[in-house]
Amino acid sequence: MAYDDCDASRMPHFDETGAPVAVKILVAGGFGVGKTTLVGSLTEIRPLRTEEGLSGPGAAIDMIVGVEDKRTTTVAMDFGRITLNHGLVIYLFGMPGQERFWFMWDDLSSGTLGAVVLADVRRLADCFPSIDYFERRNTPFVVALNCFAGTRRYQQDEVRRALDLDVHVPIVSCDARERGSCRDGLVTLVDHAIDLVGSGVAVSPTRDQR
Amino acid sequence: MVRPYALVRGRTKPTGDVLDVISMIYSLRMSAPDPADLEPEHLAVLRQCGLPMCVADLASALDLPLGVIRILLADLRDRGLIRIQRPRPERLTDVRLLREVADGLRRL
Repeated sequence: MAYDDCDASRMPHFDETGAPVAVKILVAGGFGVGKTTLVGSLTEIRPLRTEEGLSGPGAAIDMIVGVEDKRTTTVAMDFGRITLNHGLVIYLFGMPGQERFWFMWDDLSSGTLGAVVLADVRRLADCFPSIDYFERRNTPFVVALNCFAGTRRYQQDEVRRALDLDVHVPIVSCDARERGSCRDGLVTLVDHAIDLVGSGVAVSPTRDQR
Repeated sequence: MVRPYALVRGRTKPTGDVLDVISMIYSLRMSAPDPADLEPEHLAVLRQCGLPMCVADLASALDLPLGVIRILLADLRDRGLIRIQRPRPERLTDVRLLREVADGLRRL
């Protein structure tokens, strides 16, 4: 593993095996909302993914209203890496959005720092399952409104009402194609996780490692 | 070109616990592997993990599905050829570490 942008002035976090400390952040949200794009904007390595052509039957299962141009979808997972310093690495995992891949969610989400739930304001309901999932598991999450071309800006409280979202859950606007914008979304998530630890919110046992 | 699950003789489940995708793996050098007992992919994993590498990075580096990598790793673990460092849940509430993550992201 290469850690080219190592900065010797910072205290590395290696554990006793000499391995860097890895933290896991999830990118969730409905089908076609931009998870693959977001992971691709942030990762320093080629995103690991398996894209499969949308067939006729698949297209019927995967509601593509509003994303009619989409011809492939992620059937395995998106995976990206951000090396923060010599001993600290973030791993990003995209959670496949379609219902038939929900069985993968538990596998990916164990021991995660938190999640960015990407939402498309034209199809807000698509992110309900992700929000339900993280609320149930007490996993810190933020909602990131992906600003697609041609969508009007929505007021955050409008979205919060529509999603029936707790007042403490941050909502940010984001352009999944822009690295800086995606980075800001992650910063908001980590700050939120820090707030939750500070406020003494219990860590759910489901966040424990297997 | 070999179908990935043929590498692990059609098995779809590893022995033991499911490995977290960010578990760190490294090769142990004390015992020399018996090449007759291992597939070339097992040896490729051992070569990759001279320095600690996480499960997802391994899948990416060797271009194999996560499920196949987990089976190969379970085989190697059962033979005592690798060490597995699982992520620690207490890190998720370590504010110092979380701050370092947030600050590191801000510097990107």
